[in-house]
Amino acid sequence: MPTSPSDVPRYDLAVIGAGPAGLAAAVTAADLGLRCALLDAGRQTGGQYYRHPAPGLGAARPDRLHHGWSAYTGLADRLAAHERAGRVGFLGGHQVWALERTGDGYAVHVTLGPEAADRATVPAAAVLLATGAYERQLPFPGWTLPGVVTAGGAQAMLKAGLVLPGRRIVVAGSGPLLLAAASSLVTAGAEVPAVVEATAYLGYARRPGVLAAVPAKLVEGAGHGSALLRHRVRLRLRSAVVEAHGTDRVTAVTVARLDADWRPVPGTERRIDCDALAVGHGLLPQIELATELGAATRTGPDGAVALQVDARMLTTVPGLWSAGETNGVGGADLAIAEGELAAHAVADRAPRPALVRRRARLRAFAELMAAAHRPGPGWTGWLRPDTDVCRCEEVPVARIREAVEELGAGDPRTVKLLTRAGMGWCQGRMCGPAVAWLAGSGEPGPDRRPFACPVPLSQLAAEQRAAAEG
Amino acid sequence: MLKTEPPLDVVVVGAGVVGAACAYYAARAGLAVTVVDRGPVAGGTTGAGEGNLLVSDKEPGPELDLALLSLRLWRELADDLGAAMEYEPKGGVVVSSTPAGQEALRAFAAQQAAVGVVAEEIPAERLQELEPHLSPRMAGGFHYPQDAQVQPALAAAHLLREARRLGAKLITGETVRAVRRRPDGAVLGVETDRRRLDAPAVVNAAGTWGGELAGLAGVHLPVLPRRGFVLVTEPLPRIIRHKVYAADYVADVASGSAGLQTSAVIEGTPGGPVLIGASRERVGFDRTLSQEALHRLAAQAAELFPVLADVTVMRVYRGFRPYLPDHLPAIGADPRVPGLYHACGHEGAGIGLAPATGLLIAEQLTGKQPELDLVPFRADRFPAA
Repeated sequence: MPTSPSDVPRYDLAVIGAGPAGLAAAVTAADLGLRCALLDAGRQTGGQYYRHPAPGLGAARPDRLHHGWSAYTGLADRLAAHERAGRVGFLGGHQVWALERTGDGYAVHVTLGPEAADRATVPAAAVLLATGAYERQLPFPGWTLPGVVTAGGAQAMLKAGLVLPGRRIVVAGSGPLLLAAASSLVTAGAEVPAVVEATAYLGYARRPGVLAAVPAKLVEGAGHGSALLRHRVRLRLRSAVVEAHGTDRVTAVTVARLDADWRPVPGTERRIDCDALAVGHGLLPQIELATELGAATRTGPDGAVALQVDARMLTTVPGLWSAGETNGVGGADLAIAEGELAAHAVADRAPRPALVRRRARLRAFAELMAAAHRPGPGWTGWLRPDTDVCRCEEVPVARIREAVEELGAGDPRTVKLLTRAGMGWCQGRMCGPAVAWLAGSGEPGPDRRPFACPVPLSQLAAEQRAAAEG
Repeated sequence: MLKTEPPLDVVVVGAGVVGAACAYYAARAGLAVTVVDRGPVAGGTTGAGEGNLLVSDKEPGPELDLALLSLRLWRELADDLGAAMEYEPKGGVVVSSTPAGQEALRAFAAQQAAVGVVAEEIPAERLQELEPHLSPRMAGGFHYPQDAQVQPALAAAHLLREARRLGAKLITGETVRAVRRRPDGAVLGVETDRRRLDAPAVVNAAGTWGGELAGLAGVHLPVLPRRGFVLVTEPLPRIIRHKVYAADYVADVASGSAGLQTSAVIEGTPGGPVLIGASRERVGFDRTLSQEALHRLAAQAAELFPVLADVTVMRVYRGFRPYLPDHLPAIGADPRVPGLYHACGHEGAGIGLAPATGLLIAEQLTGKQPELDLVPFRADRFPAA
């Protein structure tokens, strides 16, 4: 086993994240002759999107829970062939916590295994970031009650454990994930009394040309729609869950109409009984590994901060590439296209023009979707002074407002320093957007997290050690 | 067209803890004050530090005089603001790993005792009484009961809140573009990117950018950044009671070396996380995370407190200490420019030295005799480059 970085031959490319973008990038890069490491915190490839049922469950048909499962199996088969040929090393259970630029490339610093018991360093000439996204959450009274889960969390429970978060589940928030989640939940046998969507979906209709150019998206949307129709799921547009009720667990929610700015309209509240609430407001690119190196960002039409890349998927940091959700949330098809494009660029090979066109089309559609689901500034209208914003450190709205109004904090970082909001285990991933809004700076700036995940002190104290070949 | 504001007595440039203290004491003296900062409150060095209020690491001399005055002022401020600023008079423990190191500490403490620093020698076998989790391999230590800690961002914010209650104004997110002066050189005020602030006095509390602000006023002040990292652990029960540091920290602080120096400085916080410093290196404003610095900090922490090997590091503070070549701050009126006052260059001691700095500046602004001789802190002590 190698014991120091110099003993390990450097990879041509380290791909971080084995979801759609990373898988596509790694196999394409290997097709083009590059020697790749594919790293993922999970033990298996697939990422959040192609999430596997836990092995003990004996799920015979994971494809029923997944759109595009065949796309995944195709990529997985190609990966397996490359692994056998020694062109790709899949390093599962490798959680990357920092990227370090070295004289001739990168050192990828990882903690190993579920207990983060050991560390390793993977040397590579170039790095492709395919770290995906995490859910954007907007707090509301009662959001910390048991039974309140994220829309993505509900889907993950279903995909990984084949379990439902409840029997009667309200799905709320904004974005296409809501329909997908509701459709999965009803298909798996849950009752969904309502899908509560904050926007009116008007954004899509304004640019029919873009939508028509992506028929697969229409098919997918129609699939969700028909499942929901079949199960008589009521879609409530321009509405939001403004409170979850219950003591030990959620027992009901209050839904109110929203105005165009997402401000709740008084007098429109109605109560819906339920035993679970799945809520989501879209996804946020997970980009801290790149922003820590100073990569430039852009704020997308959904208000989310994404990496700025050129047509070849190169960030503003030399040798650091990015594909998929990190460039702005846009779904698996786009992620695959960008992964393939990036792999071509890293290998210095021209991509097929059709691939370039496909990516442009999918990216345009993603931007359109993003614009449609951008949270309106009025959402803070459903907060109360005692609503916890940071659930890790239990910081309520009132403390954040005090920091802003009395102590002169006008940005998320100062609010954090003065209230501890965002200092807990999730490092502000959950409360970041809300804190930014309440700080008066509108949407959040780029995440700055020197450590992408917590690191045991003993690993920092230990001498660096190279990763074993996967 | 720039907005103009009613004339002021003084503009303080910088909303870190030093600027906050200057504004507080000036407002308390009845002056009309506006604080302006290009960033937020505590957005620079203040927001990246541990909040040390120390006498233990200072040898007799002007800085220790300043620290002793400052500690007294912190105690006064803590009467009203202590809880809000997370003020903790918890004391410091300096430990040595060799008999020779202990001997050096003994000599150091004896010098300090002559000017009023209280220090009690703790033999190796009694160290665990003070710090139960300390490595048993120490040769001994000294307990400094006067050392204390605040949460620096809260301290700055609450001092500014008090200043505002006394009539001061705070402007954040505006950069000072010019220091306006009369033909005879005297200060007339400043211009930001949005407005003009008229005042016969300007206080340079701009921290690491103090040199640039001095430059806007036409004078040379060689403030340079000295990078530091602090590891922040997961929240823990109170396993570390004092501020504990290794004896070589004192030598590192005083050193002029540009290379990476690390010496363990470890303390708990009311919020739960343990802070692990301190690294020093002169690399300009390079924010790159130094794997070597992280490694050394972690290794030294685990050596001093083996229990820390099992904890998780959540994040890292990184900041730049504003230092001057002789490691003393610049405090007081600049003899070269009437109306220009400096309150910067405190290096890693800015939190501790802030109230004394603010008080001395306010005394000068109101024509009083300052409590300490400010000659050692004069900004014109450096030859022009």
